[in-house]
Amino acid sequence: MTVGVDAATDLPASILEAVGLTKRFGALVANDHVSLAIRAGETHALLGENGAGKSTLVKMMCGLLQPDSGELLYDGAPAFFPDPASSRARGVGVVFQHFALFDALTVVENVALGLPGHEPLPALAARIEECVHRYGLAVEPWRRVGELSVGERQRVEIVRCLLGDPRVLILDEPTSVLTPDESENLFRTVDLLTGEGRAVLFISHKLDEVRRLCHRATVLRGGKFIAEVDPKQESSAGLARLMVGADVPRTPRLVTHEIGEPRLLVRKLDVAGDGSRGSALHEIDLEIRAGEIVGIAGVAGNGQTTLFEVLSGEKLAEDPESIVIDKVPAGALGPTERRALRAGFVPEERLGHAAAPDLPLSDNVLLTTHGDAGIVSYGVIRRGAVKDYFQRIVKGFDVRFGGRDPKARRLSGGNLQKFVIGREVLRKPVLLVVDQPTWGVDAAAAAFIRTTLREKAAEGCAVLVISQDLDELLEFADRIAVMSEGHLTAPVPVAETSREAIGLAMGGAHGAHDVGRDGAAQTPAGEGADAS
Amino acid sequence: MPLKLERQENVSTLRLAAAPVVALLVTLVVGAIMFIALGQDPVRAFTIYFIEPLGDPWTLQELVVKACPLLLIGIGLAFCYRANRWNIGAEGQYVAGAVLGSWLALATHGTDAGPWVMPAMLVLGAVGGALWGLIPAFLRVRFGSSEILTSLMLVYVAQLGLDYLVRGPWRDPAGFNFPQSVTFDDVALMPLLFEEGRLHGGIIVALVAAAAATFVLGRTLVGFSIEIGGSAPRAAAFAGFDERRVTYGVFAVSGALAGLAGIIEVAGPIGQMQPTISPGYGFTAIIAAMLGRLHPVGILVASLVLALTYIGGEAAQISMRMPFDVTRVFQGTLLIAILAADVLVRYRIRRVEGTSHA
Repeated sequence: MTVGVDAATDLPASILEAVGLTKRFGALVANDHVSLAIRAGETHALLGENGAGKSTLVKMMCGLLQPDSGELLYDGAPAFFPDPASSRARGVGVVFQHFALFDALTVVENVALGLPGHEPLPALAARIEECVHRYGLAVEPWRRVGELSVGERQRVEIVRCLLGDPRVLILDEPTSVLTPDESENLFRTVDLLTGEGRAVLFISHKLDEVRRLCHRATVLRGGKFIAEVDPKQESSAGLARLMVGADVPRTPRLVTHEIGEPRLLVRKLDVAGDGSRGSALHEIDLEIRAGEIVGIAGVAGNGQTTLFEVLSGEKLAEDPESIVIDKVPAGALGPTERRALRAGFVPEERLGHAAAPDLPLSDNVLLTTHGDAGIVSYGVIRRGAVKDYFQRIVKGFDVRFGGRDPKARRLSGGNLQKFVIGREVLRKPVLLVVDQPTWGVDAAAAAFIRTTLREKAAEGCAVLVISQDLDELLEFADRIAVMSEGHLTAPVPVAETSREAIGLAMGGAHGAHDVGRDGAAQTPAGEGADAS
Repeated sequence: MPLKLERQENVSTLRLAAAPVVALLVTLVVGAIMFIALGQDPVRAFTIYFIEPLGDPWTLQELVVKACPLLLIGIGLAFCYRANRWNIGAEGQYVAGAVLGSWLALATHGTDAGPWVMPAMLVLGAVGGALWGLIPAFLRVRFGSSEILTSLMLVYVAQLGLDYLVRGPWRDPAGFNFPQSVTFDDVALMPLLFEEGRLHGGIIVALVAAAAATFVLGRTLVGFSIEIGGSAPRAAAFAGFDERRVTYGVFAVSGALAGLAGIIEVAGPIGQMQPTISPGYGFTAIIAAMLGRLHPVGILVASLVLALTYIGGEAAQISMRMPFDVTRVFQGTLLIAILAADVLVRYRIRRVEGTSHA
């Protein structure tokens, strides 16, 4: 692939260019004359807050949405993408934040479904292997997607795109689900791709990454183009200011309150794995006291999901005494009974787990509040009380949406997350268990969520945060434990540990081998967990 | 050129509400073509099918009598279908309820049992239907078998069981060897609402059931747990609703209402046990449930529409010598039209380019 040069600007020629794109949804102008040029051989960052119009722009660039005005240029000539298939055919590949993979099928089957024609699976598997080796993506073609971690699924999506030999690859918040090592691997892949003259559009809110990886950054705010900058020349704070339009406060992490009673006690918790879904847990010990935030770091797929489900009561523990919530043995209690002990839970998956996608938000309020006083009396839902509660979430947590009471699926990720967090926080829990609090959420919303959790802790709530975002945990947790292969290290105060020690405890397999998690299996669990 | 269905994000309530109406119109067009192919005048056929029954007080009553089982069964099915549990075996649950209820009628036959017999029969009818409905629920919960298949197959088991009973143990000794039971005693018969005609107390039961279902589905936590279990099972588990309990619950309700419909029909319009006690109410009610958007009020309207096809079909049999199968074709066409309309409202069809043109 040769890289042409744009004579006018002396920059590489743009492959895909948006010129003055405008898109309205009713009264809302989601994109207002936005222009963006993705040039051959460069990594271009798209930065913006929640609702800044990033998704709308990406959807127009790949044919999912049609602009009301403005045009797309492909290789300098006007291009019309009536649907995603036509953009794909021209060489525009997109990896969305929400993966479109079938759990029950193997990697190669999933890839085959997305490709035109009927290529025999073994031949396709060979092509996948080739792609995997070329770009260091660590994907095994014959594994079932249901067994894969989020990071592995993302690599499957990337491989699927790359098999179409795209000239432009769009990555929507790709690192929000990756460990530092996995992110490093992804960056290497991105560098390889741009080295071949391909262009990458990198959507992210992690400013340090953008500054390291990207050659150019376009900042959107409120649907408008704000600036195109060279991120390497800007400070993170400067970029954040452009995005938000004001200074972004860091989460205050000074502990000025007392650490109190233990609210969650986990003792020798064992959970058998159930085959393809959910890994096993081995002798988990954990104590969280009122007023503190404990973070659990770790690579996706090491038992965090199982841990969350066994804490929330979706899975029951064999020994009722192995989980004690606020002095009550809770291992054998279901979710509603655990909530009655004033525990609150926020799962990782927003759509389909934390919220029912096709039910209106006000109905989704009921999901976790139906056991609370005043919401349901004698089995009858008190609609008025639900609406009041709904309004309190919307106002107190700045949840933005169109319409009066839309379906959950119509909300952006950040707004739905604020809704889900608000729903739990307003229940005044004494224990909050949050899985991936800021998964794919923009900087301002993430800061808001962290501050909220911090405030709850200050009010005497015990907070457990499971996150793959190590920076996030280092920023606002009091103590950090690491989950690896179903084992949990003892939590240590953040001040007494380091990024490196935690990274080591995460398994140490990523990066060293490009076979990914299989390498981890050979590492004795808990090795390097000297932090304990 | 391959076609692809794409989910539409914004589906207006108007379009969702219009879908059944459009489906009805499509069915009429298909029906007209069918009549022409049969060498009949479609205008005359439609007049006999859909207009004449509405002008006659006797047939109007008959319309309500036929709508009654459809309404009862359809409401029960709405519980199942909202929970994404596909009970196709309401016909069998209808028969099972009729059999258990009739057992009491026959056991007390000729005794001086009091007016408690009829209510007790209704209870037994509901219990019989519920038990029959719980079998596929159990098989699904315990073994993960498809309730679509098991519930459907149990229809034939129930029908053959009934056949055995009326040809064997329950046959009226004084009935000239006809496969039917004795005619029920008065205390075992549904009371009539009016001196004239066949309107019976079962209609009241059905209307009460519709009102109760509207309340339960729309206003209670139980209704909410059914709805969310169907639309987002993982979120339902997170909310603390037990999927197994919902499965058992909706099958029990659905079976009970079908069983109730069965015993009401036997103790009402029929008055005795015979090998065939339903012109396929249990299957037609599936159409009523879908046409009525799984909402009790909608199902009420849909039941009347479908009852009309039964009445019109009988009239056409007599005056046009049309086979009763024409009615079945009508009902089947209607179901397909509804399902197609639903898909077309929620999705749009797009042509997919087979090969790249880059």
